[in-house]
Amino acid sequence: MAASHSTPGLIGAERQAPLWQNENVRAFALFMLSLGIFLLFWEIGAKSGWFVKGVPTATETIKEFWWWVTNPFYRNGPNDLGIGWNLLISLRRVAIGYIAASLVAVPLGILIGISPVAFKAFNPYVQLLKPISPLAWLPLGLYLLRDSEKTGIFIIFISSIWPTLINTTFGAANVNQDYLDVSKTLGASRLRTIWKVIIPAALPNIVSGLRISMGIAWLVIVAAEMLLGTGLGYFIWNEWNNLSIPNILVAIFIIGLTGLVLDSLFAALEKFVAFGRNS
Amino acid sequence: MSIAPVNAIDLANVRSQTAQLSIRQVAKVFPGKKDLFSKLTGKTRRDFVAIQDINLDIEPNTFVSIIGPSGCGKSTLLNMIAGLSPITSGEILLNGAPIAGSGPDRGMVFQNYALMPWMTVEENLRFAVETVEPKISAKRRDRIIKEHIQLVGLTGAERKHPHELSGGMRQRVGIARALAINPQILLMDEPFGALDALTRAFLQEEVERIWEQQRKTVIMITHSIEEALLLSDRIVMMTRGPAARIDEILEVPFPRPRNRETIQQHPAYQGLKAEMESHLFRETRAVEAERVGG
Ligand SMILES: Nc1ncnc2c1ncn2[C@@H]1O[C@H](COP(=O)(O)OP(=O)(O)OP(=O)(O)O)[C@@H](O)[C@H]1O
Ligand SMILES: [Mg+2]
Repeated sequence: MAASHSTPGLIGAERQAPLWQNENVRAFALFMLSLGIFLLFWEIGAKSGWFVKGVPTATETIKEFWWWVTNPFYRNGPNDLGIGWNLLISLRRVAIGYIAASLVAVPLGILIGISPVAFKAFNPYVQLLKPISPLAWLPLGLYLLRDSEKTGIFIIFISSIWPTLINTTFGAANVNQDYLDVSKTLGASRLRTIWKVIIPAALPNIVSGLRISMGIAWLVIVAAEMLLGTGLGYFIWNEWNNLSIPNILVAIFIIGLTGLVLDSLFAALEKFVAFGRNS
Repeated sequence: MSIAPVNAIDLANVRSQTAQLSIRQVAKVFPGKKDLFSKLTGKTRRDFVAIQDINLDIEPNTFVSIIGPSGCGKSTLLNMIAGLSPITSGEILLNGAPIAGSGPDRGMVFQNYALMPWMTVEENLRFAVETVEPKISAKRRDRIIKEHIQLVGLTGAERKHPHELSGGMRQRVGIARALAINPQILLMDEPFGALDALTRAFLQEEVERIWEQQRKTVIMITHSIEEALLLSDRIVMMTRGPAARIDEILEVPFPRPRNRETIQQHPAYQGLKAEMESHLFRETRAVEAERVGG
């Protein structure tokens, strides 16, 4: 800031103004303000009995939250695990199911996308299976696999395969004709064209498919785990049985936070593969 | 003005002795929709004859421009030469042999550059060179890439991605990529069409300079009379579509190396320019008249 004093006129003014006119600063201030109002409303409301009986105050919940995040990894039997363990269990299930789904969906999507015949042949499956609620697969999974762990992974797999498959197919089928013409005039083989042109050209679509799939996988795991044995979903279910509302709120917050982190990873990846295409 | 088909074939046979590329009686028909389903939905479309009776012989080391009213089928013709679009009837011979699809003996420069956005300048060239010659040694490959980047004046921008370059610079990459595979013929479809006037003029002179160095056979589509006069040895003027034909071929006698100022001093310049203007004006006016009438 000191330097800006030496630069006269407009530049100095432009440099100093931002602190209050800067969009980010103002957005952050608004965010803090709304958060403060919300917490205050919650605190006063809970203390003066505006809500149903048993709703904890904001301070209680924050204290509880602090306790859980400072003691994430304790272990007192299967029904009393630290939240860190439960988070890791959920993440592991998501990772296995999601990675398996992606390994199937991306190559399959590319194959379907580049071949009109395959597109027509497989599209009915995709359209029929895509709208099914993930939880509808649960009984079938339990019956076929006879194992709650495997069933959880199966459900993640079956529900996170579609967005990646559909986006990859779309990306591979809609590669800019100019790129394909370049490849053709150079006399590139089919394989080289797929590898060097179609896949990189479809990459932004593939990544956004992966991003949607990841969001769905994280949505579904919590629901599925309520009916399974461990993980964050089960934690919520268990705390509901204990009627511990603050713990439920803590878990909800952690689920949201984890989803946010996962999504931002993919958002960064999307930027990385765009190369000025959608900027 | 139209050439009778019989004469045209005779003419083609005489000329093709020395021709590098011969286009013989080529026509392009875009098939319509006449199946039952289209009939039921009332969406039938008749066959569309885009170009017809095209005969043209191009000798080695000549720069040929194709000019004609918009929509007459210039791109269609060039895409058939490039092998990107099938020939409906007639044939195109390259060194006496009919072309079968596309191949690296013809390099193409696209109007909207068609650079791969995920590849740097260098990688775009490398992709072309390695596709054409997969077993090339790394040393020779890098030398070719470096030479061509230098040729189009892009040294220093090797590691940039296309979106970091201006339109003019992108088309330089497009030209470098087409030349790096050392094609026999360079095909350019309105290569400067998307550029502003100044960049366009500058790149035209660059192309003239590069052409003096390499003297490759070039077929270029353009809408600009000045551009055609500056660069070409021959100018092919097409009639309006549908069923567009070649109307007239002008020889451009200006000595090389050329530049904008010297060719304007040439006695033939104004005459050629006036002839092209009147041709284009007549065809375009007829297109507009048909549009209003129909
Ligand atoms: N795939 C296609 N199916 C049907 N008609 C087509 C197709 N491609 C082009 N045409 C028609 O063929 C004619 C010639 O098109 P073409 O693109 O070759 O014109 P052009 O001379 O390159 O025009 P411009 O100067 O505007 O680039 C046009 O009337 C166009 O509508
Ligand atoms: Mg065109």
